[in-house]
Amino acid sequence: MTQTATATAKKTVHLIIERQDGPNSKPYTQEFLVDYVPGMNVIACLMAIQRNPVDKDGNPVAPVVWEMNCLEEVCGACMMVINGKPRQACSAIVDQLEQPIRLKPARTFPVVRDLIVDRSRMFDALKRVKAWIPIDGTYDLGPGPRMPEVDRQWAYELSRCFTCGACVEACPNVNERTSFIGPFAISQARLFNEHPTGKMHRQERLEALMGEGGIHECGNAQNCVQVCPKGIPLTTSIAAMNRQVNAYAIGSWLKK
Amino acid sequence: MAQMKPHTEYLLRRLHTLSGVIPVGLFLLEHLFTNATATKGAASFNNAVDAIQSIPLLPYIEFFFIFLPLVYHGVVGLYVAFTSGYNAGKYSWWRNVMFVLQRITGIITFVFIIYHTWTTRFSGKAPTFDMVHQLVSNPAYLWFMIIGVVAATFHFANGMWSFCVHWGITVGARAQRVTAYVSMLLFVVLAGIGIDAILAFTHSA
Repeated sequence: MTQTATATAKKTVHLIIERQDGPNSKPYTQEFLVDYVPGMNVIACLMAIQRNPVDKDGNPVAPVVWEMNCLEEVCGACMMVINGKPRQACSAIVDQLEQPIRLKPARTFPVVRDLIVDRSRMFDALKRVKAWIPIDGTYDLGPGPRMPEVDRQWAYELSRCFTCGACVEACPNVNERTSFIGPFAISQARLFNEHPTGKMHRQERLEALMGEGGIHECGNAQNCVQVCPKGIPLTTSIAAMNRQVNAYAIGSWLKK
Repeated sequence: MAQMKPHTEYLLRRLHTLSGVIPVGLFLLEHLFTNATATKGAASFNNAVDAIQSIPLLPYIEFFFIFLPLVYHGVVGLYVAFTSGYNAGKYSWWRNVMFVLQRITGIITFVFIIYHTWTTRFSGKAPTFDMVHQLVSNPAYLWFMIIGVVAATFHFANGMWSFCVHWGITVGARAQRVTAYVSMLLFVVLAGIGIDAILAFTHSA
């Protein structure tokens, strides 16, 4: 009750935003004050700045740009670094944040402008590990095998990944000296390797995880599981895939 | 290493984690065990050393089962430490701190082992209680030894935890949590045994 009371008493929300005009321009920070609305999230603050693009001192500035889509934490588009942690801006409720609220782009990705980053590398990684189930053919292949309910339950948790990139941002081993594909891609390989139809292509995924930037780049810092907004057991996925990849590597070497 | 053949880096990294346990980790345990005989007196330690000296084909065993794997683990380890990012200042979760400590203790151990073998194994002196006693009589060397043993045992104990994840032995969150406690217990016990042995060498024969 007291918390709500103090939050309502606050007239404005103070934001410090790290901005950047283009992919190659220098970053700079600007401070903003927006009117407080009960229950507002960071997106609402950014919308307020867009409606009235003036900084804290009232000087007109270019409106801050960001990405968003679903506004209910299922699309992953609005991931940014909020008060030092990568998370979704839509589920970052102002009442639960310490002020001033500091917003930064997730710099593990190339910054396009302000809070917009280019997450192409994540989609390239998903292509590398073939994170899909190939069912297309020149004739009707018929229904696939059924999935055991016990496996479906945990696999569903992995399917909630929306490629937001929080795990990639927090991972110390995703940096300019490595080509690590990132925790999410390993977890997705596990998801599709578990699917009864996806299993038919498990070797291709395991080969990809042994390739450049593969599973061996993981150093078990386990930041990924801390920041995942969907609570996906990424470190369990990584360990499970370590088991699959190592068994496959040893097995296939012995068969040659 | 980006231009390497597809699976080379995977292989090098997996051999790195494997060599850290077998044989380097096993040798560390053997070494701590032999050193611990010093707590029973100089004669006990000298007997243990003589027993090792009587192993047939000792130079080959030393070279292929200790020297080569140790150099491999150390050199690849430096590469791993160099390519790792460090963000524990920003994300101070326990495992991330351990991730950083694993790399720091690895580098300390690397430097320690070079100087340690230089002053013992490659010094040309006979490996006796008295030789070690002379070395640890220097307070700087004594502290260097203590730091080295703490770093090496931490690196081994925490590395065992990491090995279990890298090889898909501990998969679930609970298994990883429990083995983390076990590894820290292992660290305390091994560091204690190591320091106890070093202090035993400070008493004259």
